[in-house]
Order: sequence, then structure tokens, then C-alpha cells
Amino acid sequence: MAKPANSRKTKPRTDAAEDQDFALHSLQETHERSPRYAASAEEMLTFYEQMLLIRRFEEKAGQLYGLGLIGGFCHLYIGQEAVAIGLQSALDGERDSVITGYRDHGHMLAYGIDPDVIMAELTGRQAGISHGKGGSMHMFSTRHKFYGGHGIVGAQVALGGGLALAHKYQEDGGLCLAYFGDGAANQGQVYETFNMASLWKLPIVFVVENNQYAMGTAVRRSSAETEFYRRGTAFRIPGMKVNGMDVLEVRSAAEIAFAHVRAGNGPVLMECSTYRYRGHSMSDPAKYRTREEVQDVREHKDPIEGLKKMLIDQGRTEGDLKEIDKAIRARVAQAADFAENSPQPHPDELYTDILVGEY
Amino acid sequence: MSIELKMPALSPTMEEGTLARWLKQEGDAIGIGDVIAEIETDKATMEFEAIDEGTLGKILVAEGAEGVKVGTVIALLATDGEDVSAAAEPTAEPAVVAPAAEPVEAPAPQTAKPTSQPVSDPQIPAGTGFTSTPVREALRDAMAEEMRRDGRVFVMGEEVAEYQGAYKVTQGLLEEFGPKRVIDTPITEYGFAGIGTGAAMGGLRPIVEFMTFNFAMQAIDHIINSAAKTNYMSGGQMRCPIVFRGPNGAASRVGAQHSQNYGPWYANVPGLIVIAPYDSADAKGLMKAAIRSDDPVVFLENELVYGRSFDVPDLDDYVLPIGKARIVRQGSDVTIVSYSIGVGFALDAAQQLSEQGIDAEVVDLRTLRPLDRQTILESLAKTNRLVIAEEGWPTCSIASEVMAICMEDGFDHLDAPVLRVCDEDVPLPYAANLEKLALIDAARIVAAVRKVCYAD
Repeated sequence: MAKPANSRKTKPRTDAAEDQDFALHSLQETHERSPRYAASAEEMLTFYEQMLLIRRFEEKAGQLYGLGLIGGFCHLYIGQEAVAIGLQSALDGERDSVITGYRDHGHMLAYGIDPDVIMAELTGRQAGISHGKGGSMHMFSTRHKFYGGHGIVGAQVALGGGLALAHKYQEDGGLCLAYFGDGAANQGQVYETFNMASLWKLPIVFVVENNQYAMGTAVRRSSAETEFYRRGTAFRIPGMKVNGMDVLEVRSAAEIAFAHVRAGNGPVLMECSTYRYRGHSMSDPAKYRTREEVQDVREHKDPIEGLKKMLIDQGRTEGDLKEIDKAIRARVAQAADFAENSPQPHPDELYTDILVGEY
Repeated sequence: MSIELKMPALSPTMEEGTLARWLKQEGDAIGIGDVIAEIETDKATMEFEAIDEGTLGKILVAEGAEGVKVGTVIALLATDGEDVSAAAEPTAEPAVVAPAAEPVEAPAPQTAKPTSQPVSDPQIPAGTGFTSTPVREALRDAMAEEMRRDGRVFVMGEEVAEYQGAYKVTQGLLEEFGPKRVIDTPITEYGFAGIGTGAAMGGLRPIVEFMTFNFAMQAIDHIINSAAKTNYMSGGQMRCPIVFRGPNGAASRVGAQHSQNYGPWYANVPGLIVIAPYDSADAKGLMKAAIRSDDPVVFLENELVYGRSFDVPDLDDYVLPIGKARIVRQGSDVTIVSYSIGVGFALDAAQQLSEQGIDAEVVDLRTLRPLDRQTILESLAKTNRLVIAEEGWPTCSIASEVMAICMEDGFDHLDAPVLRVCDEDVPLPYAANLEKLALIDAARIVAAVRKVCYAD
């Protein structure tokens, strides 16, 4: 190490009083007091439609993959829908930014981005949101302040820290929502970012989408601390553990976390316990878990079925909901047709968007 | 209506597979998520799940069938209670599998995006004064001027603020711009390179200092995968106007881990600009250009050159073009191409050669990507002999690249093979005598030039 010695004197900490008040679990306590967001009937229906759109879109993507229309890696979000919808429905779309990893279709759909251009990106067409140059893992919408769509596990956490720095620097009142998985939670740069985000009180909510498996490795085989929300403790980041299979619980937790961050208190680490029904990517035979395990979650914890029950309790009929499903299926079929029939990128696209300037 | 169930592709490379087993029979009710069949590929046995509910109709491909092409209809699924046992079988032709099968017109090979010619260095008005300035101060002045000009520009890195820079390049910036814009980071290169890159994506113009580029190896993922590629992957939506800067190359007696030239590494990457200036005026003018660029820039400095003083024109806004080499010494017998600290050795060599009756032209590349092929080839056309001097390893180097350019586009002008003078192909040793043996110097450049001039 050739780092020059730092002659600066360490300042004594003067915030002992703050320390006594500082409770890493205070947000969690608030959340537990009132775990479910009191959604209006209209909001609940919207959540239902949004989650169902993700579900049907992903099923169709899986189908198109099976037909060879989608290539490469394709990571489906089926089972995790409540996380993106619960969190992103609480954002301020004018100010806040979102960044995630490669399992990104659901986060884009949660923004209401046109399913046509997302599906067309999956099939690698000119009309795709990245003109066919990104693919499933690399999609962006700067208009919505959605900054990807990143293929390197964990990279989006540090980049999200940078987006948060930009919010703070520009004093725009926005925050960054940075998603990562239980697998990425073991990357070193996540903790480098925790440290700086807390040190500089950056407006960022770190969300661990704990879907129980890092590719094929179960959480308990990869992680010494499997309670991911505790992993901010060493950086004085309060943690929250949230049922990621219930959109209303996620939404409620989101509001608590966002309020804390917007008040200038620095980051929050939120773990959403969820489950992916499909393999890690399309080419994963998922032999590391039993079929019964998957079926059990589907039958007892499914976020869409759960909300459906609530809607029916509120007086919606099976018929109403079937109509919604039908309309969403038709919308997704239209996106698939568009994605299948759009032209491939023009060969000139090969050389565009490499550099912005001309040199 | 009935839905055709087709042989799925279960991996990026699968073209056909074995239909190992039917788990449902004709007439069985199918729910979403039910496993209908098992498919075997060369890599794994996978379950074929239903994504629609209905009743399994006719099975068209028998259990055990091998070599079933992806896209072949293997069964029909009746939905909404319809009976498909009587439904007509689909036509036998398998579905079109991949749209990529349709041939696309191959684009003409190209080595770079076509761009307009770079503008030349700005004319310095007659009567302009010059101030002898150390390189480190020229770099500092460039950053300070751009920070005054644009509130989005800020500096972050280890010891850049209160310590005033490990090599004093950021001296005085904290005092003028305050801690919001001159940010001391912890020792956490991967993390702060990512945060800087994200901040650039979010609309700021960060200057990220690496105490040395050796430590940037911890961060190279963000420089390449995050900063350089995102514009392309986003179809031109994303921007990343960031400057990664710091000393590069061998310093003095700091051993192998702290002595390496990363110029060739970064110059390999489309989507990056790579700049490696030698003197103070170029350092200043190119740093200002780098900060203003909308693209990610790797700006390679050299610790051994920081303290050397060169004239800088007394102009309010001295900005140089990126991507343009400079002829730092005119000559007619041979061209010596170099960059960064190598330019100093090349100029010394040219001086010695002139005393031996050989008139050498010295070209300073200044920018390593995009490389100024035109200036190299024009000089070669004039002198017909060329030597490259590079303080770095020879294998897959900038020297290799310049030699390739001379072969591809300058062959008819060559009167002798192009030679390269690089560091020895070894990790840099600590011992004073061994270190000296490993690094380039003027004497080696003189020897190579005499060789291409057939002077011995």
C-alpha cells in the first residue's frame, strides 16, 4: 500500500445523544404497527391489473423464448410482482429514480412503459426500447428515470448510490430506489456503497428482493447472515423486513422508508421476502428445489391470488376479474405480435450510440 | 379455441431435444404451472410447464421421440371447455424458429464510427504570453476553470479534499469549491467508481480521481461495463459524462503492483475516450476537453511528469481537440511515435540523433482512443521509417496497434520494418538496477531508429 499517510486528526464523535435515540429497527416497528397499506378499491384494482400484466407478460416472454424468438438470457419476474408494484406505486414519478439488475421486465412494466417496446427489445427488434442493442437484461427509460437494467450482479447498487448522490447534489428532492437480489447481496461493492451512502446521507432505498435462490444456490448455502435487512447495521442503515408477496404490505413499507429518506436521514435497507416460480433464467432446470416447494408457494402465497381474494371479498365478481384477465392477455398477445413482426435493427445501428461526441 | 403446444427452446443454444416423457394424457385437465412433459437436452432434463389452462387434446409427438426440432407442435390444448380430440391436426411444417435465420445484409467492415475530422489545435494569437507551469498545476487549473464554468462538475476520490491530493493535483480545490464539490471518499475504488458513474448517469459531471490507476483495477468493471457500454445498450438514451483520472505507468521504485501502463487496456474498449498527454499545455487543454465531453473519458497522467514545467499559453479558455495527435518536433528522416512520458524520451533521442545526422520527427499521440491514424500515416509518408516508443509492455500494446496501422494503410510508404521500443516483458522489479533495465529510455530509442535507418 502506497497510500500517503493521512495527518488529519480524527474528530471526536459528538453525537452520543443521537446514538441513544438511534434505533436500527425503528422503521420496522412502525411498519409492524400497521403493516398493510389502506388502499382504495380503485387502487387495489390497479395493483391487481399491474401485477397481472407482469405475470402474463412474463408467461408470454417464456413462451416466445421457447419458440426461439427471444435469445440469450431471459430472467422472468413471475412470483415477485408485488415487490415492484408495491414500491414503485409509492414513488414520485417526477423526481425519483429506479435502478435494478437483469431481472428487469417487471420494473419497467410497473412504470406503465409500453409492453410493445419491452417485448420488441426481448426479440431484438428496431422498435425495442434499446433498438435491439440491449436485450432482456439491458433496458432503460431515462424519460421515466429508470436507469436499467444491468447485467453485472451488484453493479446497480453502486450506480444507484451515484443516482442518489445526483439527487442530493441537485437538491431535486428525489430519491433512488435500488433493487438487488439475495445473490447480489454478497457482492463487496454493495457494502462499499452502504458505507458511502450512510456516511453522506444519500437519499436511497436499497431493496433486497430475496427470492431465496442466487441462481441455484439457496440463501442458507450462500449467506452467513440470511436476514438481509440486518446487513446495514454495521453502516448504521436501518433495516426493514417486508412480506414481498403482499403488495399492500410492500406499499406500506415503501411509504415509511421513503418518508425516512426524504427527511434527509440517509438510506434504508429493505428486504422483501419473495419467491420466483421459474428458474433463474430460462435455461435453468431448477433441480435445486422440489416441485412441491414451488407449488406450495403458488397455492398459499401467490401475490396475485391473494389480492384477488381481497377484491372478491370487496364485492368484485369472478366474472369481473376474468374480463380483466382477458383484456390483459389480449394486450400481451398484441405486444407479442408486435415484437414478432417488427423489423430487425438496420445494419447501420451497429455503429450508432457508441460515442455521443464526434472526435 | 385450441392452443398449439410447441417444442420449447430451453437454453440459448438449444435447437432440438428429446421428448422424454408425457406426464399428462389426452383428455387430462391442465392447470397453469402443471408439468405436461419432460424434455431432455444435451445439458439437462427440463420440465415443460403449462402457461394456459385447459384440456390436453391430441398428442402429436410420441414419448421418447428424439431430435424434435424446437417449434414443432407437440400437442394441442383445448381452452374454454372446447373438445379438441376432433380438431384438425395442424399442418406438419414446424414453426419458424428464429427470425435470425433470415439473412441480414452484412454491414461493411469498419474499425470505427465514421466521424468528422477533428478540428486542429486552436491558433494561439500573436503576442500571447506563456507561463511555465508544472503539469500538476496545469491539471488543477483545468479542473478549477471547468468547475467555475459548470456547477455540475465535481471531484471525488481518496484524499482529494482535505489532504489536497495524494500527488497534490487537487491542491486548493476544496478551499475554492467546498466539500460538496470536492469529496473525500473512503478507500473503496469499486464503490466510488460506481457511485461516480451513477452520478454521471443522473446528470452530473464527475471527475473521479484514482490515487493511481493501479488501484482502478478494483473499479475497472464500472469503467468498462457500466460507463463505456450503457449508451450503446440503451439505444442512445443513457449518458455518462465522467472523467476517470490519475497517474498511470511506472513511478519510481514502487514495484510491480504499483507500476503499470493501462493505456492499452482502456484503449481496447469501444465507448471510452482515452487520453494520455505529456506536457502542461496538452494536459490543461485536454483535461478541459475531457470534462466537457459527453462521453466517459479515461485520463492517464504520469507521476514522474507531474513536477516537470512546460509553457502554457495565457489564454482564458484553452481547450484542445480530443483524438488529434501533435507533431512535437518536425523531422524528415524517421518518425518516432510516442505518448505520455515516452514523449520525453523520444525528444531526448531525437536530440541525440540530430547530433548523429539523423533528423527525427516526433509525434505525440495525446489521445489513445480514438487514435489519430491520419497524423501517423502522414508522418510515415513523409519519413518512410517509423519507431514507436511506449512506456509499457510490448504485447498487445499501443505500439502493436500503431504497427498494425502502418501495415494496413502505410505499407507502400515503408522503407524499413516498423520497430517498437517498449518496457521489458516482465513485472516491474524493485531493485534500482533491474528497474532501469526494464524501462524504456532514450538510448534504446536511438538504437531502434538507427536500425530502421540502416545507420549501423
